[in-house]
Amino acid sequence: MTTTGTAGTAGAGTTVRTVRAGGTVPGRAAGAGRALEFWARTYRRTWRGSVVSGVLSPLLYLGSLGFGLGTLVDTGASGGVGVPYVLFVAPGVLAANAMQAGVGEATWPVMGAIKWQRQYHAMLATPLAVVDVLLGHLTFIVLRLLAVSVVFGVVGALLGAFTSWWTVGAVLVATLCGAAYAAPVMAFAAAQENDQGFAYLFRFVLVPTFLFAGTFYPVDQLPAAIRPVAWVTPLWHATQACRDLALGSPDLAAVGAHCAYLALWVAVGVVAARVVYRRRLVR
Amino acid sequence: MTTAPPAPAAGGGAVLRAVARAVPMPAGAGMARMLVERNARVYRRGWLLLVSGFVEPVFYLFSLGVGLGALVGDVDAGGVLVSYAMFVAPAMLASSAMNGAVYDSTFNVFFKLKYARLYDSVLATPLGPRDVAVGEIAWAQLRGGLYAVMFMVVMAASGLLRSWWALLALPAATLVGLAFAAVGMAATTWMRSWQDFDLLNLVVLPMFLFSATFFPLSTYPEGLQPVVRVLPLYHAVELVRGLCLGLPDVSMLGHVAYLLVLGTGGVVVAARRLDRLLLS
Amino acid sequence: MDADDREVLISARGLTKRFDDFTAVDGIDVEVRRGEAFGFLGPNGAGKSSTMRMVGCVSPPSGGELRILGHDPRTSGPQIRARLGVVPQRDTLDEELTVAENLVVYARYFGISRKAAHAKAAELLEFAQLAERAGSRVEPLSGGMKRRLTIARSLVNDPEILLLDEPTTGLDPQARHVLWDRLFRLKRQGVTLVLTTHYMDEAEQLCDRLVVMDAGRIVAEGSPRSLIEEHSSREVLELRFPDDDNAPWAGPVTAGAGALAERVEVLPDRLLVYTPDGDAAVQAVHAAGLRPSSVLVRRSTLEDVFLHLTGRLLVD
Repeated sequence: MTTTGTAGTAGAGTTVRTVRAGGTVPGRAAGAGRALEFWARTYRRTWRGSVVSGVLSPLLYLGSLGFGLGTLVDTGASGGVGVPYVLFVAPGVLAANAMQAGVGEATWPVMGAIKWQRQYHAMLATPLAVVDVLLGHLTFIVLRLLAVSVVFGVVGALLGAFTSWWTVGAVLVATLCGAAYAAPVMAFAAAQENDQGFAYLFRFVLVPTFLFAGTFYPVDQLPAAIRPVAWVTPLWHATQACRDLALGSPDLAAVGAHCAYLALWVAVGVVAARVVYRRRLVR
Repeated sequence: MTTAPPAPAAGGGAVLRAVARAVPMPAGAGMARMLVERNARVYRRGWLLLVSGFVEPVFYLFSLGVGLGALVGDVDAGGVLVSYAMFVAPAMLASSAMNGAVYDSTFNVFFKLKYARLYDSVLATPLGPRDVAVGEIAWAQLRGGLYAVMFMVVMAASGLLRSWWALLALPAATLVGLAFAAVGMAATTWMRSWQDFDLLNLVVLPMFLFSATFFPLSTYPEGLQPVVRVLPLYHAVELVRGLCLGLPDVSMLGHVAYLLVLGTGGVVVAARRLDRLLLS
Repeated sequence: MDADDREVLISARGLTKRFDDFTAVDGIDVEVRRGEAFGFLGPNGAGKSSTMRMVGCVSPPSGGELRILGHDPRTSGPQIRARLGVVPQRDTLDEELTVAENLVVYARYFGISRKAAHAKAAELLEFAQLAERAGSRVEPLSGGMKRRLTIARSLVNDPEILLLDEPTTGLDPQARHVLWDRLFRLKRQGVTLVLTTHYMDEAEQLCDRLVVMDAGRIVAEGSPRSLIEEHSSREVLELRFPDDDNAPWAGPVTAGAGALAERVEVLPDRLLVYTPDGDAAVQAVHAAGLRPSSVLVRRSTLEDVFLHLTGRLLVD
């Protein structure tokens, strides 16, 4: 006959209420701020990747097309693009890179937050509202776009691809361009059941936009029939504005008009994303 | 429980089986073709996605060839002046063979390995790691070959092929795909998370942009030229471009040898590593 | 067991699995005969899944001898796997395929002809009660449906041995009972079942014979009934006292129950008295003047054996 005590149930005597912490309901900005903090925290572990895709890849494009191919363009039969080709192409790459980063951040991470890692659901189990979740994530994306664009601007300037202080404005326009893609793509991503749609988005929207919306040469080089398609894209407006600014003597009215067009895309995107997020996350 | 016991299905896949036997890998049942069949079945529903895979190089071709071509003018391709579109098209063929092969053998395989855990279930059947490697590489080849044919049709229709030698560009593109698929699969066996794929991009993207793809080797600074010559994609581009432009040359044997060595090395390493990874 | 003249399908002698400096399976001896339902019980990390992976020929043993269906898994993996069915712990269904395609494609991996594969798939969809979902994608299926599909898939090659690694973990009670029913039917058809579980009711329901594993070793072996007889008492008396802490009552209870208490275990919220006669023990406790706030007499279960043998420490 034996009596056994149980060390095995250690922990049974402790309590989770020793540390006092209560929940509070946030206002709108504070709510988005809480969601933003989450994304910023996880980013500490994954920043390495965005350095490669967000900073190195545009620099490689700049080096290959701007400096390499540029020598052929500048000495080419048609006499180039009026300025050294590298100065022409750098603002284009700045804007196109922000677009790609914006779309990249608004696709798989959004689907992951809904379906795989389910961070959105974790957030919605707290006092945060759907709008907080959306705006928090979008704000995080915009901050990343800004960081990526600033770094590209600085390195580009050191390489001699940006020569005017107006480039600061171009960096901001590029960030706005990224947001003009990120917001509607968040709506698109949140409506997808699986990631097959992303393959179509990249293949039929993103890649052609990157190649035909004035990043590498004036749209006038294209057949007249497809120029209007380029004009509709936010990227074309962004490259025009960025180029105008980066080359040093901007027509501010035109830049303002381009920015207004980009802002319109952001606004429409946020409204659409809000509808889709609600439908997907709260039911 | 009524049906007959499993009997290996007859017919088809003899070539794959021969390849499978030739490859120095343990543990396999020589049924890699079943994995190819599985992949083909998956794409029955996504055939548009599969078929449209060839549009990306076509977009690049028209954007650069047409849009930028007028600004660049004629380019010196090994002693012959050709239009920029004619210069850049073979490079797009070679680099899309690389990109497709790398994508299939890295992202796709990694996803199936770590997330879908597809191979866990495959390995509970008579199939072994060797079948997995051979099956996936074979599938990537079929898909890459399809894209290469479609792209060459576009090239021919646009008058960008100058010689019957161009027909050989097709097997050449297949060799390029095979070499990069093998190396990609070997690399995948070391990948720990999606983050590691950024390192992969760090290799693939510079190679895409700096392998005499968009402008001739002579345009590079003197000091950089030997570096470019070492890149695998440079050999792929030179080989395919020489054939498309109808400028055969003994140096092509060197390019072929380079790609063969790369591919064989990749397959051997991938097989060893997969074995250790899947049969732990 | 020695009197059993059924053919030995799985035999392990001193079977060991080491990962670097960690020993997952530490020299176990096991024999499974045709038609048996054999269970591996143990807490997480006991070495059950490692053992199953070795038997499934996807993990080469680090030491000892292992023979499955008369073959050595180190050299004859494909031959053995052709005759096994495997239900892994986590479903590894092919989410890019439909329900029916999962079965057909899997059958093709076994080299079964397309025609036979389709016929087999139809038969198994009936068996798994999934015929109506044949064309559906896998992802939206419920956990129970996915599990049934995984089991159906493991049967495409009419396996002689079915390996089930925690077949019902995470399922609701209805789904578990449906699954058990299917497994019973297979057993009646003569399929040899080898399963791991940490559900005691599952082991008692399904297994003819089982081993309890702990820290890579076998700590007990036998039929569910014989294990209970050997390692626990016939009945268990559960007592709660009004105080927060039950420990001080252990002494008086032990003294009060006298010879009726084979063993007394102190838990934070109650005392367990292992006894051959629960009602008599209650009377003895009351007679000793003790007034517990609640009293429960129940039959001893495999769970008591399990906790006794492997301890109550949380293993992660």
